[in-house]
Amino acid sequence: MKIVVCIKQVPDTTEVKLDPKTNTLIRDGVPSIINPDDKAGIETALQLKEKLNDGSTVTIVSMGPPQADVALREALAMGADEAYLLSDRAFGGSDTYATSTIIAAALKKIGYDLVITGRQAIDGDTAQVGPQIAEHIGIPQVSYAEEIVSIDNEKVVVKRQFEDRYHILELPLPCLITALAELAEPRYMSVRGIYDAYREKEVKVLGFEDLKELFNPEYIGLKGSPTNVYKSFTKQAKGAGTKYADVSADEAVKIIVDKLEERHII
Amino acid sequence: MSKDVYVLMEQRDGELAKVGVELIGEATKLAGDLGQQVVAVLLGSGIKDKAEKCIHYGANKVIIVDDPALAEYLTEPYADAVTAVIEKYQPEIFLFGASSIGRDLAPRVSARIHTGLTADCTGLDIDPETKLLRMTRPAFGGNIMATILCKDYRPQMATVRPGVMQALAKDKARTGEIEELKVEFKAPLVKIREVVKNEHKTVDITEAKYLVSGGRGIGSPEFFNELQKLADVLGGEISSSRANVDAGWIDKSRQVGQTGKTVRPDLYMACGISGAIQHVAGMEGSEYIIAINKNDTAPIFDLADIGIVGDVKVIIPKLTEAVAKAKAAKNAE
Repeated sequence: MKIVVCIKQVPDTTEVKLDPKTNTLIRDGVPSIINPDDKAGIETALQLKEKLNDGSTVTIVSMGPPQADVALREALAMGADEAYLLSDRAFGGSDTYATSTIIAAALKKIGYDLVITGRQAIDGDTAQVGPQIAEHIGIPQVSYAEEIVSIDNEKVVVKRQFEDRYHILELPLPCLITALAELAEPRYMSVRGIYDAYREKEVKVLGFEDLKELFNPEYIGLKGSPTNVYKSFTKQAKGAGTKYADVSADEAVKIIVDKLEERHII
Repeated sequence: MSKDVYVLMEQRDGELAKVGVELIGEATKLAGDLGQQVVAVLLGSGIKDKAEKCIHYGANKVIIVDDPALAEYLTEPYADAVTAVIEKYQPEIFLFGASSIGRDLAPRVSARIHTGLTADCTGLDIDPETKLLRMTRPAFGGNIMATILCKDYRPQMATVRPGVMQALAKDKARTGEIEELKVEFKAPLVKIREVVKNEHKTVDITEAKYLVSGGRGIGSPEFFNELQKLADVLGGEISSSRANVDAGWIDKSRQVGQTGKTVRPDLYMACGISGAIQHVAGMEGSEYIIAINKNDTAPIFDLADIGIVGDVKVIIPKLTEAVAKAKAAKNAE
């Protein structure tokens, strides 16, 4: 079985700056990590591969700038078999629709039986790219997967959490799963793994020329994105009220009770 | 020509979810600015009797797709039904709740019909000049707000965070049109083997009037019992910051914040919560905020109406006792 995991490299910080001209985020100079939900997806794929133990492989795909190579090497060092970086100036500025269009094209080129994506990235928090990929390549999806109950070469059984219930769902392969961070605790890279990731394995780069037959070139990049950022701004904090720094516990209780009575809460 | 503001009415076992009712409230405002109507889309099985309720909450029109294929949520038949509605009626705007259903369904539909989708919006309005929908959402853990437009494709689609928009008061005098749409469903590829409702009493913290919320500063899982006692005497519920949920001290359903729920209770008591921006994103709309924290530089004090620098472990039990006493005194009057 060919398991493909889609990952995103994200900034490891809440210190974000904006480019005032383009209103896009400046990612330079900020340390980057593999998005946590995606890393759980990598771990899940590796565990499935080990469980199946039938020559199944794990392929990692990421769209991003050339620097995203590091994230793919890390996935290789964890034990993934191969890695593809989708990188081209033409891909820049893509919204979720355009991003999913590009990744879907790459999946068509690479091949897949099971596709795993993280639920959502900690920078954008959209959770949209996974389901949009599934629609573009026409396979069923289950998002918010909490547990993979069983898998064989025909189907996968997944526990899917909702607000008030869960479903046990049976999906035929090929299909797409979006992983919650709870799905699996990622392993560390091994020394041997790191060596292999840089010496024995390669990160293949796919650009516009490699994929142009597989998507509509008008549907990718900044121009092909149906949505665009009109403006971005930092949020205004709600003003502070009264702070009591030097009160005893009994005084504090009295202050609170008085306020609760004043507001008819008690 | 596309027109009207459509909202997906979520239902579970025939009960309308609160988020749909909130969406009707918000859609009424947007439709007013556009001079258009609010259309509620009701999908399910045996749910026709809920249409009147959508109208009482403010919808001008209800489109029902009632089919056994829609009894439990599954991506394929739900995406087919929503696509059929969009293709037939050509909405200007389509809003979904940013719930586990909406965030699964809306991206699938947006990819199918090739339009833009903005995730997890906390603010919506109409540009007075261009009449475009301005969709505002937090990103980077709430550090940045971005306003997104979808200029060239219709409908303009958004998922909207539950608990943020205001529902209208129910008014049984409202009238509207009800229309049924028949959709042909294929046999779904995905099968539901089992549906298990969560056994523990499900509490929706977004419905609570008063929330007593615990952060890292409560020190131990057992202290949630103390917070529960206070919540009980107040007639509220307990909630939590992310750290305690990650530590397994309390159920995820009670998490407030960017990756949890957005709440706007009449009273939010932040106990030992530092007030990280991700947490604040989920509770800053609270009517009245009381914060108790040992650390007098905790950011929670920047937005608390009343801030107490002190030890929650000492103050909370005393407070519970004092509130109980005050209530008893009131009852005796």
